[in-house]
Amino acid sequence: MYRYDAIDRAFVQDRTAEFAGQVVRRLAGEITEDQFKPLRLMNGLYLQLHAYMLRVSVPYGTLSSVQLKKLAHIARTYDKGYGHFTTRQNIQFHWIKLADTPAILGELAMVEMHALQTSGNCIRNITSDPRAGATAEEIDDPRVWSELIRQWSAIHPEFSFLPRKFKIAVTAAPQDRTAAKLHDIGLLLRRARDGSLGFEVIAGGGMGRTPYVGPTIREFLPAHHLLSYLEAILRVYNRHGRRDNIYKARIKILVAQLGAEEFARQVEAEWEAMDRPSVDAPDTELARIRGFFNPPGFAVLPPKSEVFEGAKADPAFARFVRNNVHAHKQPGYAIVDISLKAPGETPGDATADQMDAIADLAERFSLDEIRVTHEQNLVLPHVRLDDVPAVFATLKAIGLSTPNINLVSDIIACPGLDYCALANARAIPVAQDIATRFADPERAELIGELKIKISGCINACGHHHVGHIGILGVDKKGEEFYQFTLGGSAAEDAEVGKILGPGLPANRVGDAVETLVDVYLRERKDGERFLDTYRRTGLTPFKEAVYAEAH
Amino acid sequence: MPKLIRLHGQAADWANDSFVLVGEEDAVPASGDVILSLARFQAEGAALLDDGRSVGVVLESDQAVEDLAYDLPRLSLVALRFPKFRDGRAYTSARLLRERFGFGGEIRAVGDVNREQAGFFVRCGFDAFEPADGSTPEQWLAAAHRFRHVYQRGADGREPAFVERNG
Ligand code: SF4
Repeated sequence: MYRYDAIDRAFVQDRTAEFAGQVVRRLAGEITEDQFKPLRLMNGLYLQLHAYMLRVSVPYGTLSSVQLKKLAHIARTYDKGYGHFTTRQNIQFHWIKLADTPAILGELAMVEMHALQTSGNCIRNITSDPRAGATAEEIDDPRVWSELIRQWSAIHPEFSFLPRKFKIAVTAAPQDRTAAKLHDIGLLLRRARDGSLGFEVIAGGGMGRTPYVGPTIREFLPAHHLLSYLEAILRVYNRHGRRDNIYKARIKILVAQLGAEEFARQVEAEWEAMDRPSVDAPDTELARIRGFFNPPGFAVLPPKSEVFEGAKADPAFARFVRNNVHAHKQPGYAIVDISLKAPGETPGDATADQMDAIADLAERFSLDEIRVTHEQNLVLPHVRLDDVPAVFATLKAIGLSTPNINLVSDIIACPGLDYCALANARAIPVAQDIATRFADPERAELIGELKIKISGCINACGHHHVGHIGILGVDKKGEEFYQFTLGGSAAEDAEVGKILGPGLPANRVGDAVETLVDVYLRERKDGERFLDTYRRTGLTPFKEAVYAEAH
Repeated sequence: MPKLIRLHGQAADWANDSFVLVGEEDAVPASGDVILSLARFQAEGAALLDDGRSVGVVLESDQAVEDLAYDLPRLSLVALRFPKFRDGRAYTSARLLRERFGFGGEIRAVGDVNREQAGFFVRCGFDAFEPADGSTPEQWLAAAHRFRHVYQRGADGREPAFVERNG
């Protein structure tokens, strides 16, 4: 993992001191809430329905045990004993007191963490592959580049007051676990024929009320030019992105209006005119960062583990392995997913005790590392096969052994009306209801991969556009209604879902999901996922079944 | 009259502002230093410069610095307007003036200009400010230098972390 040096430490300390000063001025009434708002937003502090919410950055979704323990401590000391992992690989605390925030930021700084740029119209936390450094699929470690971008974007002098927020994803595997094509910029690591490293650059993807799958604006950017090319994209956006309408201010609108080719031409022109060597980090810096991501001391082990195989005699363990355990690049190791989607619970929530227990597991069994996924789950990236049964037993004891990764009950949901002032409808109770209906693990496995995503309003924090089944809360004359979309995907085959039909009242949502699943089970051919069947049959059979019931 | 803070290297103080901002409808005063809008400058600037007057131009946030490129050597200052705190276009304008066009005159921040932006201003090449929040030069300077380190090159010549680390 990356470790701060004296420079990084001083930077975060300076930032914490700055914000502490601003909070003191606000509490003393020297500045108004209006003046304070942009300042607190730069530090991840939102004012929500009931209290302040603090969003803490988990850089590209990586945590050490010490860091996770600190988050547990914050949840226990300053919140109601839990935290909420988000679709941006961050964590939110929903019940924070303003006066406590400087102390919290101080505690975070002690473990090399911060809340910097988790809100506001700036470059946000970088999204990356939760299996980075553990999967054999990747052609390079995306964390190296994510860390480089993290530093470059930290209080960027030119790009901290953009038209709108700005999100960048980096991935190096053919299976995209970052939703790269739905980010403002998606960076896909590629190797040229001569073996040199570079990026396919995607720009202008996004969700919200006008979802776009981002187009490729450059097939291959030599890796060492990453920062100057990003600077060129951001500069074109900062100058020409719309600022007159908050809903048209994201880069996706600019790219769509100009067309991908013209946008790319403007970026290239800016890049040509730029003094690139002054922007790009030198190779020495790249090497320094890369050094932190060397393999973390794997043991040489046989590829098969008798302990592991033997434990599969327990059907519950075998099921957990089928759904939550994935191949590791190092023989004898596995990647273990921890689902934060136990049926009936709030997707993405973890209690302080659970966080502590996971941190202990990581310390003992996962070379001290934990990852956060954009699907609101956690990952122990480096577990010896021999240790997986012990890990499973502990997870089971703390209620975190749900074997449902990528299954129907592994639902993404935004906070919705329970917390969010912008919501039209509740999202968490809808997710809880669906997950409870499909709580039978046997049935869930039979259904196979099915991604349900729920947003409480068109801002799409629950990524409903790219759910295999998407559910969007809408307001119909003061009543909560839900609009369904089918066929979305956030992966390498990214697509925006199509609207199924008129919105449904809250009490019909669960039945409608069951109907959609029944149609799929009826229609599917060998080996088809829900998404594959939908793509083959189209909307019609699904639509007919759901709306037939209405009459 | 708005008060002006000017930066001199590591110091900042109140400055005597000899320039008069000419309103869109107003006539250009018979003598003295003036700041004109881009349109007024394009119509009347050449004559004023030929008379030996000192002239500056104020650019709105949606106006491109490229439109001034050929005139820059004759301009004393460029004022960049922040219609709102959150409109960040002028940061790009300032960097382009300094880094691409090598403008050595004054770059002045006007409009919704507050102490909390001081660090960004200085890093992008601004060296004069009309604070809208009543900041003093001391407060301004403190705000501008809150961070001991920076991570990228700007127009201020500060060495980014990746250079410091090699040093
Ligand atoms: S999608 Fe809407 S309701 Fe849900 S968190 Fe985002 S803004 Fe709030």
